[in-house]
Amino acid sequence: MTQEELLPLILKKDDKAFTTLYDMYSKNLYGIIYNLIRDHEESEDVLQEVFVKIWKNIESYNESKGRFFTWILNIARNTAIDKLRSKGFNNNQKNLSADNFVHLLDDSNKLSNLIDTIGIQEFVKKLKPKCIKIINLLFFKGYTQQEASDELEIPLGTVKTQNRNCINDLRNFLQV
Amino acid sequence: MMEAREYIESGILELYVFGILNDTETEEVSTMAAKHPEIKHEILSIEKAVISLSFSMSPYLSAANYDRIRTKLLEKHGVVEMKPRSNVALFIGWAAAVVLMIGVGYQYTQLDTAKNQIVTVESERRDLEKEFNSLQIDKQKTESVLAIIRDDNNTVVTLGGQAVSPESKAKVYWNKNTQSVYVDAAGLPEPPEGMVYQVWALKLNPLTPTSIGLLEDFKANDARLFPVNSTGEAEAFGITLEPAGGSPTPTLEQLYTLGKV
Repeated sequence: MTQEELLPLILKKDDKAFTTLYDMYSKNLYGIIYNLIRDHEESEDVLQEVFVKIWKNIESYNESKGRFFTWILNIARNTAIDKLRSKGFNNNQKNLSADNFVHLLDDSNKLSNLIDTIGIQEFVKKLKPKCIKIINLLFFKGYTQQEASDELEIPLGTVKTQNRNCINDLRNFLQV
Repeated sequence: MMEAREYIESGILELYVFGILNDTETEEVSTMAAKHPEIKHEILSIEKAVISLSFSMSPYLSAANYDRIRTKLLEKHGVVEMKPRSNVALFIGWAAAVVLMIGVGYQYTQLDTAKNQIVTVESERRDLEKEFNSLQIDKQKTESVLAIIRDDNNTVVTLGGQAVSPESKAKVYWNKNTQSVYVDAAGLPEPPEGMVYQVWALKLNPLTPTSIGLLEDFKANDARLFPVNSTGEAEAFGITLEPAGGSPTPTLEQLYTLGKV
């Protein structure tokens, strides 16, 4: 099901709408949330909060605001970051170089063992370190270009193009 | 065209999909995407890539979350509650039921096996009983055979093999007291199909044969001891092979054994 087909369905807010939405995106959102929070119980609470926000605000979404996936991605990241702040988590955690999404693979996390995800998990381990860093900051943590430029100590104009090259590597592997 | 290509290569579409552009920039990309199909296509491809990536990076998410969130969203909005898709208690309930079913099934099988064993043992018992009874009968037969043979009042006549079957032999136990006559035919070959041995009491001068009986059911008689009719005065006994049912006069060519009293 495409996002275009999904939207009118979700607007009905019935049982089928929820199940479809959950099946399509719960794991993606959970991956994003967990990468920020690093605690299963807290992450599950945030995931619930995210679904509540999507459900409540779905009427306010329109395509000029970007892709539907982008919209829920932002809700997930913002809710997780709010949670970190409210809990007084140390924001310096953000600066730890080892703290990126690839380490989800090394954690004691039970990652999905689905055949189609094992390949990409192996691929991610082989990503260039600078790609891991930049995808982690921009995609998983929602840093702005300026923040990423500061963090990585690379020129502002380079952030976009370097990120594109890294995403192109991923796309070549996935053939999308 | 050139404009779109450059736009794509700038890397702004990735940031658009990541959701980290400001509102003005976002609207600008949305407008470009609506104008240029290749930009729209590129956006979809980038999106696919990061959806795969974040999906693959997700730690295990238990099904309980589905129920928890579903309940929260749908009950709040007054949607009629349906049965949860999965639920630990429900699962345990079903699992217990399945285990119970398997247990009951197993017990039933055991019971069935036990019943079958009882039937088998019962039938074995009956078989042994039959065998015992048949041995009892055999024993009685043997005892009576011995009693017949050992009787002191017996006149024992040994019949020797004749030309047609020199190896054959037989004995006649003639109890003059009880007037009973028994033939021990253990020394005779089994008669061919459709034939029967016939026993004759003979008077010798002139030679007068009198039939005193057939050795019927030869094979079935394990002891090969046959009762035949009594005879008044016999001077000799002979046994001939005759067609089934016997003959009025002996077929002398088929005289197997003969013996004088």
